[in-house]
Amino acid sequence: MQHRLPITAFTVTSALGPGCAAHLDAIEHTRAGLRREDFEGAALDTWLGRVADLEHTPLPPRFERYDCRNNRLALIALAQDGFEDAVRRAAHRYGAQRIAVILGTSTSGIRETELAYQQRNGGALPATAGSYRHRHNLFSLPEFVRDYLGLRGPAQTISTACSSSAKAFASGLRSISAGLCDAVVVGGVDTLCFTTLFGFNSLELLAPSPCRPWAADRDGISVGEAGGFALLERDGEGAIVFEGYGESSDAYHMSAPHPQGAGAALAMQQALAMAGCTPADVDYINLHGTGTLANDRSEDFAVCRVFGPGVPCSATKGLTGHALGAAGILEAAICLLALQHGLLPGTANTPARDPDLGANLLLEPRRRALARAVTNSFGFGGSNCSLVFARP
Amino acid sequence: MSAFYVRGIGMQAPGMQGWSACCGVLSGRVPYSDQALVPPMPEILPSNERRRATASVRLALSAAQEAAAASGVDVSAFATVFTSSDGDGVTLDQICNTLARAPLDLSPTRFHNSVHNAPAGYWSIAIQSRHASTSLCAFDASFAAGLMEAAAQVAAGPAPVLLVAFDLPFPPVLNPLRPVSVPVAVALALSADPGSAPMARCALAFEASAAPAFAGQGGLDALYANPAGRALPLLALLAQRAPGTVRLEYLDSCSLAVQAQPF
Repeated sequence: MQHRLPITAFTVTSALGPGCAAHLDAIEHTRAGLRREDFEGAALDTWLGRVADLEHTPLPPRFERYDCRNNRLALIALAQDGFEDAVRRAAHRYGAQRIAVILGTSTSGIRETELAYQQRNGGALPATAGSYRHRHNLFSLPEFVRDYLGLRGPAQTISTACSSSAKAFASGLRSISAGLCDAVVVGGVDTLCFTTLFGFNSLELLAPSPCRPWAADRDGISVGEAGGFALLERDGEGAIVFEGYGESSDAYHMSAPHPQGAGAALAMQQALAMAGCTPADVDYINLHGTGTLANDRSEDFAVCRVFGPGVPCSATKGLTGHALGAAGILEAAICLLALQHGLLPGTANTPARDPDLGANLLLEPRRRALARAVTNSFGFGGSNCSLVFARP
Repeated sequence: MSAFYVRGIGMQAPGMQGWSACCGVLSGRVPYSDQALVPPMPEILPSNERRRATASVRLALSAAQEAAAASGVDVSAFATVFTSSDGDGVTLDQICNTLARAPLDLSPTRFHNSVHNAPAGYWSIAIQSRHASTSLCAFDASFAAGLMEAAAQVAAGPAPVLLVAFDLPFPPVLNPLRPVSVPVAVALALSADPGSAPMARCALAFEASAAPAFAGQGGLDALYANPAGRALPLLALLAQRAPGTVRLEYLDSCSLAVQAQPF
């Protein structure tokens, strides 16, 4: 099986702003993108990582049938950092039918159906709900992206809650290895909706102030939204290489992590084994770090078990919010920026590490050249994924 | 891409509850009769999960359990690929109704049941397996996408892979958006090694041209209109136990060719 795929282009948009430059700047200055919850009358006592102006940027008329908050964010992300041009070059090189689109999302355009239910008054759904396939269905995202980019290869959505877009990297690598395609657009998009806001509220996991991962008094998550993409190619010149992945299941509980992070540790160990490296070869870990008591404790246990207490780590959800199904691509992009620019992010909002936790948590950003970074993404259903990226 | 072996099959659909019933119809020995599906309850689910599991979880896991048991492989050895276009419509309908009326009343169990990987989560808890699991969607092409993902995972190794495709009719309010009329779940136990009693050796090829229209016997159209029912041409080839190639409908003008050599 072919490992080590070059990443020939990548981009991301989140509450930190559009594109790689906005993210690099926010990380360098630990400028958080969170704000008080102000989403469509939800009236919850929490903070959000919300992308500005999605309400005012409809898709062009040609793609109107796909128009929803999620695909709007997809289009914004596609148009940045030369990503579209890179895909078009790859399509020219390999053929449009040899490029796959594998993207993660947990809720796609579900907001359209939520709104239709608000309007139905006990009767039938209004006609606005009619484009279920192109807006709400989970496949809407890769179908739109494939259509917009003029690609003709395989396409699918990975939907495993908060590990979705990390697992898209794993599926993309396997697809190239199996010969199904020569290049893959991976990544994902997840956007604000009531299902996740009120869902996390029902679990009493929404933090009333900006989330503080790894802090002793951490009290929950700040929900965010993000969209991002990376182009993996069979061969080519990339500044960064995708070296390996690890995937596991907790087999423990539908919405709570394994207390000792057994599944998480397994995912990290498998990722290192596939990358052919040891824990000592890793210079930075971007933690899943959601900011709930149980999640951070479980992940800390797993990180310390696999890596010991030395490897610098940070949790960036205090900057961006938890982008759920898009957390994987968002934090992969942060790792790629860290590798490219020699900049380790800090952990926004967290004044000090919980003394009961052991990972080497960076509170402030640090400038230091690094060769290899790991990112963790864990989701409901006990779905775990770790990715390894390196400078070639 | 490299070949894989089909080691076991599971089936849950009206008139085809179990692979043996399905095989009888698709091999032409028994005429299809459209009997309602008896709602299945997979024995592997512990009692706590039985209470919480929705109809979609029970349907998917029943097919999974049959395929795994038929394979001769230890059930906890499989990595899993779950593929579904529409997931759990009953839970979606309940959540949207609550959000429209009194969003603060949303139930945490409904919320965790709403994730697309809920069946995968219940499965891993039921059999206590930490193996990798992926949950996919490709709208009408969900079965072919799942088969490609599962085959790529078998090639990447080392675990055998249990592929589970399932979809159910949406409840009445949502049904006009997605007129699937019958539930279908199909499971295939796949591995890189033949084991002692493989059913067939298969190889896949992605093709940039459309598949021929489905020409099943009378009554099967409703099953084929379910995204998981798009497996029927492949299942028919396996049921007939003759070597051949089928082309499965995939995205727009693409198809997935599956070559099968029975044992």
